[in-house]
Amino acid sequence: MADNVFLALQNNSEAQPIIEAILEDNPGAVANESPGMVKINCPGRLVVRRETVEEKMGRKFDLQEIHINLISLGGNIDEDDDELVIAWNT
Amino acid sequence: MAKAKRLGLKERYSLMTRGLDWETSYQPMDEVFPYDQYEGIKIIDWDKWEDPFRLTMESYWKYQSEKERKLYAILDAFQQNNGHLNISDARYMNAVKLWLQGITPLEYAAHRGFAHAGRAFRGAGARVACQMQSIDELRHAQTQLHAFSHYNKFFNGMHGFAHMRDRAWYLSIPKSFFEDAMSAGPFEFVTSISFAFEYVLTNLLFMPFVSGAAYNGDMATTTFGFSAQSDESRHMTLGLEVVKFMLEQHEDNVPIVQAWLDKWFWRGYRLLSLVGTMMDYMLPKKVMSWKEAWEIYWEENGIALFRDLSRYGIRLPKYHEVATKEKTRVTHELWATLYQYGNALGLHTWVPEDEELDWMSEKYGDLFDTMYRPRLQFLREREEAGERYFNNRLPMVCQVCQIPVFFTEPDDPEQICVRIVEWADTKHHCCSDGCADIFNREPEKYVQSLIPPQQIYRGEAGGARDIFEYAEWLHLKKGIDSGEYHGSPDHQNWTAWQSGQPTPKTDSDEAA
Repeated sequence: MADNVFLALQNNSEAQPIIEAILEDNPGAVANESPGMVKINCPGRLVVRRETVEEKMGRKFDLQEIHINLISLGGNIDEDDDELVIAWNT
Repeated sequence: MAKAKRLGLKERYSLMTRGLDWETSYQPMDEVFPYDQYEGIKIIDWDKWEDPFRLTMESYWKYQSEKERKLYAILDAFQQNNGHLNISDARYMNAVKLWLQGITPLEYAAHRGFAHAGRAFRGAGARVACQMQSIDELRHAQTQLHAFSHYNKFFNGMHGFAHMRDRAWYLSIPKSFFEDAMSAGPFEFVTSISFAFEYVLTNLLFMPFVSGAAYNGDMATTTFGFSAQSDESRHMTLGLEVVKFMLEQHEDNVPIVQAWLDKWFWRGYRLLSLVGTMMDYMLPKKVMSWKEAWEIYWEENGIALFRDLSRYGIRLPKYHEVATKEKTRVTHELWATLYQYGNALGLHTWVPEDEELDWMSEKYGDLFDTMYRPRLQFLREREEAGERYFNNRLPMVCQVCQIPVFFTEPDDPEQICVRIVEWADTKHHCCSDGCADIFNREPEKYVQSLIPPQQIYRGEAGGARDIFEYAEWLHLKKGIDSGEYHGSPDHQNWTAWQSGQPTPKTDSDEAA
């Protein structure tokens, strides 16, 4: 099985729709809560889709806004206007 | 006329970095950028450098100012609502003191280091990334000082962090770590700080420890901690990018990068033993043990990262298996050391409560029950008998990591590990094979280390003749800023505040 990539976000109301969007778009993703934060692990590849986040938030969302509530990540990043992808290349 | 389509993120980033760069013509590029070749790293095409977040300076300011607004709104609320009364227990504050004394000055050092490294790179992408990080690190130092300034009004030991930074024996551990990196070349600096330290290891600091701060009611640390960590994700990405960039540019770079990864993994791991000890011993309410954090953030996430790099011919860092073997021991060994040298620390130490010892038994198992728990119970008995143990001599410290030589042999937790290295007919002591290897690779560098206990005994610490005069030279008041927690003014104040009493009058008031 592929190694997990991860993304950790602050556990606040602004990040909640992002977390929901990630869990919806990545069937293998598992969210682990600890005080103040949520760490989402996913085998091999994880995608944050702008459209899904906008649907959950009910407003426009620039993917770079994720920096405000991002805590940490593990994996190679690739970002454009529509998707932020975290993946291992192996 | 059709309205021009808004440029995509990739085009915007490209225009705002590469598009604004130029080749110098009055002076040769090699003279404008004299430091980016001597380390032996070969760069064929600087344009292959990519910031995967594609953050331009314009967006950088936008999001950073948003983060600052959020952070300072919370700090205002924290101060106005006497946030210091909401922490789990005043013992927790000692983790904050260690952070202020040991970690905040590193943020400032990183600010200086990235400004210097950024200037040294001739590639515009690398320069922009280093510039952002340099500004981030200054922000981290400032926000931490602002957040902690409220605590400084109520707790002892926080008054002289800047004075102590260059004088305290235990603060030479983080200080020398950064100065080792800053006195290397720009590629090694970025590899050491952005990759080995930030990508591989700081998750252990900012994730479980800051989450622990949240659990212990420290709103100030949680807020700046996660705010800083949001910048850290960008730094980590820069770290991974710089390593991949070097490895992809030329095969001759691979052994150089591997040697740096070996060195900085071990340096960073040794430094983080302080953080592990904060997690296990200084958080009255526990979130995660050092052992568990090591398993998640190194054994799972860290090893996955190295597996990803194996396609470049990179292997796991040397002695990673030793670090994993030590995961059940380091924090207990380090706490015992801090406890006994408590008269020369700007924070308090103590023996944990019974329920905390039970938690450690559950997390650490047999070794804790047979070796460390009996020792802690013995120390508690002595304290209760009015004979609180202090070791009032100074320790022998490792020539490389500057941690006292107290860690044990990888395969024998009852035997202190000491490695003697020689250079130019002089013997030096190291705490481990990892540190001995680092010394032997660059002996000319490490023989120059100013080792605090040696300097103190040579009279270089204001002429102090013993540990008490030395503590005075650090501006530490005995028993108030240093020593045992139980019975200290911090403890007395906290007990009074918890029962709604005003701050009791203490020796520290009279001294003032």
